[in-house]
Amino acid sequence: MFILEVPPTGAAFGLQVLWFILIAVLWIGYLVLEGFDYGVAMLIPFLGKTEKEKRVMINTIGPVWDGNEVWLLTAGGATFAAFPAWYATLFSGLYLPLFLVLVGLIIRGVSFEYRAKHPDSRYRTLFDWMASIGSFLVPLVFGVGFANFILGLPVTTDAASPNLFVLSPSPYFWQLFSWFGLLGGLTLVALFLFHGSLFLALKTKGEIHDKAQAFAAKVGLVAIGLGAIFLIAQNLLHPTGALGWVLLVLAAAGLASAWWFNGKGRDGIAFISTTATILFVAVGIFLTMWPGLGFRDAAGGADSPLNAMNASSSQLTLVLMTIFACIFVPIVLAYTAWAYSVFRRRLGTENIPDDEPAPALAG
Amino acid sequence: MSAETLARWQFGITTVYHFFFVPITIALSLLVAVMQTIWVRSGDEKLLRLTKFFGKLFLINFAMGVVTGIVQEFQFGMNWSEYSRFVGDIFGAPLALEALIAFFLESVFIGLWIFGWDRLPKKVHLAMIWLAAIGTMISAIFILAANSWMQNPVGAHFNPATDRAEMTSLIDVLTNPVALVTLPHVLTAAYLTAGGLILGIAGWHLAKIGKPGSEKQEKDASAYRWATKFGAWVLLVAGALSVVTGDIQGKIMTEVQPMKMAAAEALWETEQPAAFSIITIGTLDGSQEVWSLKVPGVLSFLATGSFDGKVYGINDLVKKMESEAFTNSNVQLQKEVSDRLAKVGVENWVPNLPVTYWSFRLMMGLGFLAMAIGLWALWVTRKGGVPKAGKLWTAMMFAAPLGPLFGNSFGWIFTEMGRQPFIVFGVLPTASAVSPGVSAFEVGLSMVLYTVIYGALAVIEVGLFMHYAKLGLPDVVEPQVITDEDAPLTFAY
Repeated sequence: MFILEVPPTGAAFGLQVLWFILIAVLWIGYLVLEGFDYGVAMLIPFLGKTEKEKRVMINTIGPVWDGNEVWLLTAGGATFAAFPAWYATLFSGLYLPLFLVLVGLIIRGVSFEYRAKHPDSRYRTLFDWMASIGSFLVPLVFGVGFANFILGLPVTTDAASPNLFVLSPSPYFWQLFSWFGLLGGLTLVALFLFHGSLFLALKTKGEIHDKAQAFAAKVGLVAIGLGAIFLIAQNLLHPTGALGWVLLVLAAAGLASAWWFNGKGRDGIAFISTTATILFVAVGIFLTMWPGLGFRDAAGGADSPLNAMNASSSQLTLVLMTIFACIFVPIVLAYTAWAYSVFRRRLGTENIPDDEPAPALAG
Repeated sequence: MSAETLARWQFGITTVYHFFFVPITIALSLLVAVMQTIWVRSGDEKLLRLTKFFGKLFLINFAMGVVTGIVQEFQFGMNWSEYSRFVGDIFGAPLALEALIAFFLESVFIGLWIFGWDRLPKKVHLAMIWLAAIGTMISAIFILAANSWMQNPVGAHFNPATDRAEMTSLIDVLTNPVALVTLPHVLTAAYLTAGGLILGIAGWHLAKIGKPGSEKQEKDASAYRWATKFGAWVLLVAGALSVVTGDIQGKIMTEVQPMKMAAAEALWETEQPAAFSIITIGTLDGSQEVWSLKVPGVLSFLATGSFDGKVYGINDLVKKMESEAFTNSNVQLQKEVSDRLAKVGVENWVPNLPVTYWSFRLMMGLGFLAMAIGLWALWVTRKGGVPKAGKLWTAMMFAAPLGPLFGNSFGWIFTEMGRQPFIVFGVLPTASAVSPGVSAFEVGLSMVLYTVIYGALAVIEVGLFMHYAKLGLPDVVEPQVITDEDAPLTFAY
């Protein structure tokens, strides 16, 4: 249709840059959107004291969480398509951490659906905990992961197939949990708890709204403290110049603004503020990952042997994928925005019908 | 056990498990959309009840499909990183497009459908389930294009500089003849399964009510009768089409993967005409066949379309492979990569015959069984007839969905095992595609834990599914768009 011939390769670094940015955008979409539903789900057993309060919490994220998760799947798919060697090395190298992510995603994913349908209240309690623990596990691992991308995962070429890069030493597991790695994990969990409680405040009314605001005021301080240490350490460990410090200031300003406006009862601006923080933090992290993709030379050399150029797909694949992305990303954004506007109304316990999960009326 | 063996088992377990939920998701979403459409157009309350009833069962199933699907996308990189690196330039694109075009559509609109009953006008709400159903179908197009490329790797060339396969034409990848015939076969098999599910549940209730004793039972019976017939017709039409598409698929397979067709029959010597054995007692290694029930000429027909066509046997095909491998292949990638393949080496050209032989028969047999049940159900319910409740009827109502469901599994087991020893046919041996840095401990641990988690979830899911299936049709009130901010929602989780 568009291009049936193979264009000359090695033409440009341009599309690699574009796809690296697109993957960053997909991650940001995921972190911003699923970030709040992780936060809300983590809090179900803690903030929801009555059955109806728990159900209010679930209903604030119920219609949208699945779509939010697709941002992660698309980021994964885009990495596979645009940078196969990055996908291959990263996913096999971080085997056990990714397995934990999958376990988290599985147990939380089924819990929303089954909680609403299971007639036995003991099971519903079990599903609440599965949602909470799963939603805690995923950002914890991703936080540790991103901190390690900043430090760089050590790679070397595989002896058997010189075009394949593997982490060295392999398996690479315990090394992930340096103080900085752990700090990354805790920071992301705190940030999502803050982001999620602000979302909950924004989407609810009555007692549960007040509880969410009060919790945000507390967890906000934790997020500010951990975030400050993490961002300063990041800029010292892996400096990206003045831009890195500017992003740090912007991210910090977002957190402070979120905390301040939450205190003033301005739920909307508070939520937008943490959204901005996530954006600036992610941009800062992806900046450190260019062009080495979050890897470093295991032999100690200055540059990562695996980078955006030698990890990338052919020019043809990148061109084709770019065309599809240009068409479909705006469409996805449009209908996602519409879906959020359909469910814009705040919910309170008075909105929750009595009869679920009784047989009547369920979809 | 080696990491490779464990990775193979892990792929088998997680993929077969995932595919229990896929056909029902694909087909039931659309069938529920059809029910809801009839309700919107006619206002017939029984269709609204059926929409809600089967919609709920659909969602119980859908949740499992979603979470087990994520594992699929991740495990290519986790367990098969050399595969991912080698084919990512081609294979990655359909996966990314599936997420971007199909998964977003499915997920966003299914959320709108579940929670939108009292927030969207009737017709807009109806569009939500249609869009979600279309999403599941687009998803099938891309993932089957990806899988078909592994069977018949067209639209690609080998780049020695990067030591990997690279795309020459996305159009060729998406219009791969294997993909074009696999898509309708998989879709019709999905409708066969979902039709069987609707028939099974509604038919069971219909027999249980028997002669309606009250007005409510009368109402219920009328809805179940409609669904029983609807399910049976879907099953039969889809079943017939799956036979037709499967037949075309067999002929294309004989062209591009002759070894797979020989393995389907465990045919050692080339025959003309070749008979099809319905059942074989004894071993399949060509040494001690004790007895088999053979239908003359049928394998020739399956493979070539003519009852006296020549079907190549395993011995001749192995001889050909050992002498020339894929050096004379029409597929550019297979031809170009043949030097590399010779260096990597192929230990055994023959797939696991007991698996291919029996899975091929079970796939077909279970499909035909379901179609027989569908015919029987239509016969029994003709002219207002009521099926007699009893063990036989119940067994048939269970077999109507479970037969095709397992038939789907066997079809996939056949198609993937018949491709062995290759992960990409004629290009990359499975043994050389695993992740070099991943230990047997890591694969083994994750496999045990997946199995435990999947097992536990299966107990919960089947329990819930049976609970709601038995509970039967819900009472409904006409959904209304609610504008009062304090009014209780008509539906919430």
